Amino acid sequence: MIDSPAKLKSHAENLSKNSKPATTILVSLGTCGIAAGTRPINDMLKAEIASRKADIEIVEVGCMGLCHSEPTIEVISNASGKSVIYGKVKTDQVAAIVETASKGIEAASCTVVNRSWFYPEENETATPERIQARIVLKNTGKINPEILDHYLAQKGYQALSKVLFDMTPQQVIDTVIESGLRGRGGGGFPTGKKWAFAAAQKADQKYVLCNADEGDPGAFMDRAVLEGDPHSVLEAMAITGYAIGSDTGVIYIRAEYPLAVKRLEIAIDQAKKQGLLGKNILGSKFSFDIMIKYGAGAFVCGEETALIHSVEGKRGEPTVKPPFPAIEGLWKKPTVVNNVETFANVCAIIRNGAPWFKKIGTPGSPGTKVFALAGKVKKVGLVEVPMGTTLRQIIFNVGGGIMNDRKFKAVQTGGPSGGCIKFDQLDTEIDYESLKRLGSMM
Amino acid sequence: MSCPINSKAEMAKLSPEKAEELDVYLTSLPLTDDRERNRGFLIQSLHKAQEIFTYLPSVVQIHVANRLGLHLAEVYGVISFYSYFTDKPVGRYKINICTGTACFVKGADKLVEEFQRYLGIKLGETGTDGKFSLTGLRCVGACSMAPVVMVNDRVYGNVTTKMVPEIISDCK
Ligand SMILES: Cc1cc2nc3c(=O)[nH]c(=O)nc-3n(C[C@H](O)[C@H](O)[C@H](O)COP(=O)(O)O)c2cc1C
Ligand code: SF4
Ligand code: FES
Repeated sequence: MIDSPAKLKSHAENLSKNSKPATTILVSLGTCGIAAGTRPINDMLKAEIASRKADIEIVEVGCMGLCHSEPTIEVISNASGKSVIYGKVKTDQVAAIVETASKGIEAASCTVVNRSWFYPEENETATPERIQARIVLKNTGKINPEILDHYLAQKGYQALSKVLFDMTPQQVIDTVIESGLRGRGGGGFPTGKKWAFAAAQKADQKYVLCNADEGDPGAFMDRAVLEGDPHSVLEAMAITGYAIGSDTGVIYIRAEYPLAVKRLEIAIDQAKKQGLLGKNILGSKFSFDIMIKYGAGAFVCGEETALIHSVEGKRGEPTVKPPFPAIEGLWKKPTVVNNVETFANVCAIIRNGAPWFKKIGTPGSPGTKVFALAGKVKKVGLVEVPMGTTLRQIIFNVGGGIMNDRKFKAVQTGGPSGGCIKFDQLDTEIDYESLKRLGSMM
Repeated sequence: MSCPINSKAEMAKLSPEKAEELDVYLTSLPLTDDRERNRGFLIQSLHKAQEIFTYLPSVVQIHVANRLGLHLAEVYGVISFYSYFTDKPVGRYKINICTGTACFVKGADKLVEEFQRYLGIKLGETGTDGKFSLTGLRCVGACSMAPVVMVNDRVYGNVTTKMVPEIISDCK
């Protein structure tokens, strides 16, 4: 049991002191990574390491975002901190990878993928090669999502600890309002304001609802977060609960995401066992529990009133607002509905403060946005860029351009409710307002 | 309000083990006399029932309705709304072709044609021997591997029409 903030801190410190093997190999095991064949690579790596008795650990991680190069693995030399990412790994390269990894050199015969992102929280900044900024995807592809200690070693649950012991609910809301965080589910509504509405309601019960329906075809960013870093969403939901005065969270997730469901179930279970969810979290007076509800294949359930009906066990048909869910939501109680990606920003904001967050992105839309690049671009994948990045940069700089170097025709953003953006609009800096002006959406 | 037939006994005629498994699950839910509260467990109960029976025969629907204290019409209304639920028998191998945008752009329609030709059934149908069903699925979130085909829980990426026989022969 981790039943005090002090214990959480010392536990994290001990984890970082633990001696590591000489080398760590990260293997990407998201749904589609598995489809691309990472499982057999993973098995062979383990066998090879065992037979050589090499001082190497394997960490099975979630999505690295490098779909174009699956199967993908990352080899990290722990003494120097140097890392190299190999893409399109084949089974006959495994022996060479283990051999060179033991010597701390690169495997000449393999395809090396350049890291195109930086970590703002590690005080890294953008370079021409690294225009992606990972806040939401900070841990996905780096930690094993089924091991709580991996998350705790990355400052996990320290934001929750901070709000429970050092901040009032009002201060939490004020911080999120000041950060300028806006809903990533499409609407762009200021998250802190939504929380303030719900907090102001007097009710015997309130709910925190996570929208993990991700109905837009072509979008898989929420799935990547849930599969790769489920605790970051759970922690953020608990913080929201503290801010608005709710003890119950519900995650509404699509039935088409079985792996994400499994990882969430494991994460909730682990967090409860350690006292990081459930009764009297970290020894405080605050209790918060989270349950999972499943969708059943209906696009419209991503809309929040339809989603609420679906959680209540009804047909997922939308109703007219108002009343807004923050006033009258699930079972007619005040309910905050936020998207997975919105939640995935909250802990970083609490840990680093609103001014830090506002330095990233544009004044009207601070922070980053995760995009799923799919279709006929060369390097399909998951990218997270600061708001204000142009579509040209995303498609050509990160995405490597259009397949077969054909001419760019149009790009669709925001799913069926969004729209298409044409060639002459490629240099638009994307944020909520610019996309709306172009008749599209996030 | 509940249907007068002994739905558990009727359901057991389909399969006693399956009926028992579903009943154990329903008993594990914190159900009360409050129908509105119970309704919140409806979708997960139907998921469980479909997982056990592979589809939702009418006796199973009646049983779920009885245990949750809901009308059959309400249960049926939910089943018919959500495309994930089916009240028709399905094959042991559910071949789901993603027909989301990314997969469509990359030729999911050609895969649909090829699977239909190869299996001799149409999208939405189950073969007479009960081995295969062919359905279209909402985006499964593996768009980078488009086009994607899921067979039960297994995901195939970058599928070409040439791979169709191979995928079928994996279903043993
Ligand atoms: C037709 C329709 C579909 C939607 N689908 C989703 C979805 O799949 N995921 C999501 O998070 N929000 C979706 N939304 C937006 C939600 O209604 C809601 O605004 C959002 O979950 C609020 O969270 P946010 O403020 O964090 O973005 C959809 C809205 C509409 C009108
Ligand atoms: S989204 Fe892309 S990078 Fe992530 S697991 Fe799937 S294929 Fe791999
Ligand atoms: S559209 Fe097919 S997996 Fe997304």
